Amino acid sequence: MGRATTIGDHMTRYLLRRTVNTLVLLLVLVSFVFLAGRMIGDPALNILGLNASGQALENFRENTGLNDPLIEQYGRFLTDVISGDFGVSYRYGFSVLPSEELRGAGTEVLPLVLERLPATFRLAGVAIFIAVALALGLGLVAAMRPGSWVDRIINIIALAGVSIVQFWLGLVLIVVVSVHLGWLPTSGYGTWQHVILPALTLAARPTGRIAQVVRSSMLDELSKPYVETARSKGASTPRIVLIHTLKNASVPIVTMIGDELGALLTGAVLVETVFAWPGVGLLLVDSLVRRDLPLIQAAIFVVATLVILVNFAVDVAYSFLDPKIRLAGGRA
Amino acid sequence: MTEEIRTGEHPPPPDRSERLSRWTYIAALARDPVPLLATVYLVLLVVSAVFADLVAPYDPIKQNLRGRLAPPFSADAGGGFIHLLGTDELGRDMLSRVIFGARVSLSVGVLGAVVSGIIGVSLGLVAGYRRGFVEDAIMRLVDGMLALPSLLVALFILFLTGAGFLNLIIVFTLLRWMVYARMTRGLTLSYRELDFVKAARALGNRSVRVMFRHILPNTLSPLLVLATLEVAFLILSEASLSFLGFGIQPPNPSWGLMIANGREWLQQAWWLVTFPGLAILLTALSLNLLANWVRTVTDPVQRWRLLTPSTKPQRRLFRAKARLAERGTGGVETAIPGGPE
Repeated sequence: MGRATTIGDHMTRYLLRRTVNTLVLLLVLVSFVFLAGRMIGDPALNILGLNASGQALENFRENTGLNDPLIEQYGRFLTDVISGDFGVSYRYGFSVLPSEELRGAGTEVLPLVLERLPATFRLAGVAIFIAVALALGLGLVAAMRPGSWVDRIINIIALAGVSIVQFWLGLVLIVVVSVHLGWLPTSGYGTWQHVILPALTLAARPTGRIAQVVRSSMLDELSKPYVETARSKGASTPRIVLIHTLKNASVPIVTMIGDELGALLTGAVLVETVFAWPGVGLLLVDSLVRRDLPLIQAAIFVVATLVILVNFAVDVAYSFLDPKIRLAGGRA
Repeated sequence: MTEEIRTGEHPPPPDRSERLSRWTYIAALARDPVPLLATVYLVLLVVSAVFADLVAPYDPIKQNLRGRLAPPFSADAGGGFIHLLGTDELGRDMLSRVIFGARVSLSVGVLGAVVSGIIGVSLGLVAGYRRGFVEDAIMRLVDGMLALPSLLVALFILFLTGAGFLNLIIVFTLLRWMVYARMTRGLTLSYRELDFVKAARALGNRSVRVMFRHILPNTLSPLLVLATLEVAFLILSEASLSFLGFGIQPPNPSWGLMIANGREWLQQAWWLVTFPGLAILLTALSLNLLANWVRTVTDPVQRWRLLTPSTKPQRRLFRAKARLAERGTGGVETAIPGGPE
C-alpha cells in the first residue's frame, strides 16, 4: 500500500519541521533573555542598585566581562547556556558584591532552579487533574441539556473560572477554608493537605476553559447522524455520551488540556507566591525582588523552555490524533 | 435523566444577506437577563470611571489615620459620607479607591487592547492579502511569540524597564498583537478571493485601500469580540503584574495593587481584599458574557437562538417553519444511518 508510506513521510516531515521550529524558538528565547538583560537599562546598575558608587559599577563591569564587545558576550553566554551554565547567583553567591573571582565562588543558578521543579510539577499535576475532572463533569452535563438553566449556570461558572484573579481566589480560600473553618493549612509544603488549596486555586482557569471546549465539542458530536442511529437503537443518554461520542469529541479537548498545561506552569508563579509554595515561581519572584539577574534569567529560561516543550508535545500528540493533520502534514 | 438529547432544535438555513436593524439586537438583549445585567454593570462602571471625580465620595489618596480599617457601612469620623465599603489601612475610603481603580484598570485594558489591535490587525491584513514571503515571515513570528509564556516575559521586561502605566501598555502591545494578527489573517484569507474584493481590485484600487476599505469592515465583528475578551485578559494581567509589584505603582489605586496591600490585613480586615477582587471578577466576567453574546448574535448560523421569540407556542411555530424550510432545501442533515468511524 502506497498510502502508508505517504502518511509516514508526511509525519516525518511534519515532526522534523516542528522540531526545527522548536529549536529555533529556544535559540530566540536565549537570545532574548541575553539581549534584554544587556540592553534594557544598565545591567551593572540593575544588579547593584542605584546606590552603587561609580567605582563599584566599573569594577563589576570589568569582572563580569560587561565591557567586552556585545557579540563576544553573546557568544560566551550561548556556550555557557549550552553547557548548562547560567552564571552565579548573587543572592546565594556572595555577601559582598562584587568579589574578585566572580565565577566559581558562588552558587550555580541552574541547579537552584532545577531543585525547585518537582514542587511546581506536583502543584501543576494535581491542578490539571482537578481541572480535567471538574471540566468533564460540567461540560458533559451542560452538553446534555443545551439551552437549559443548568447549561446557563454552568456557562457562567466556566466564564467565572476564566475571569477570576488567581491570587485573589487563593487569598479568599485561605481566609474561608483555613482561617475561619480551620480545615486546611494556610500555606507551606509537605503533606497532602498543603497541596489542596493551591491546586484548587490554580485549577479555576483551566476548569473554565476545558469545560467550554468539552461542551461545544460534545454538542458538535451529538448533532451527528450516528447519534440518532444509536438513539433509535435504544441507547440511553449516558451511554451515548460516554460510549459513543466522548472519544470522537476528544481531539479538541486534549488540545485544550495541553494548552492549559503550559499556562499552568506560568500561572503557578502567582499561586506559589500566595501560598509560599516552594516551586520555581516563588524562586522567580524572590529573585526579581532581590534583583538577582542570573537567577532570574535561569528561572525564566527553564519555565519558558518547559512551556515550549509542552506545546511541542501537544502538537505532536495532536497530529497523531487528528488524521487531517497527519495526512496534510500541515500547520497545527 | 430524560431520554431526549435536545439536538432536534434545527436552525433555519442561515440567510447571510439578512441585515438586522439595531433595534432587533437591542430587543434581543433586553430579553436576555444575563448579558443585559453584564451590559448594565459595564455601563455603570465606565460612567463612574470617567466621572470618578464627581462620583467618588472621597479623594482616593487622602489618608485619614484616625479612621483606619473601618469596616463597611461605618460612619465617617469627620462627619462625611459613610464609608460604604469601609476604609483601608491608611484610612482611605475603599469605595473611592475602587472607583478610581476602575479608571486605571479600564484604561490599561482598553488602551492595551486598542494599540495591540491596531498593530495586529494591520499585520494580519497584510499577511493574508499579500501572501508569499511576507505572510510566512509574519506568521512565523506570530507562532513563535504565541508559544512564549507571556506573563513571564512581561515580568522580565518590566523588571528591566521599570514598572508604570506606559511600560505596561508597551509590554501588552508587544505580547498580544499576535492574537489579532492570527485571526485577521484567517478572515482576510477567506475574503480575498470573493467577488467584491476582486471587483475592487479590478477597478484599480490600491492594495492598501482594498485591505482597509473593502476587507477590514467585514472582519470587524469577530475582531470586536476578540478585543472585548482581550480587555478582560489585560485587566487580569494588569492586576497580576501590579500584585507582584511590576505594574501600577502606589499610591495610585489599582485593583491588583489594592489586593496586594490588603493581603497583610487579611485576618483583621477582609474588605480590603474582597472588594477589589470582586470588582475585577465582575468586570472580567461581564466582558466575557457580553463577548459571548455578541459572538452568537453576529453569527448567521447561530443567532436564530437569540433573535427568535421567546414564548413557547411562538417558538414551536418557528421551529416547525424552520423544519419545513429545511426540507424544502433538501435537508441539511437528514438522518443517514451510519455509525462512528
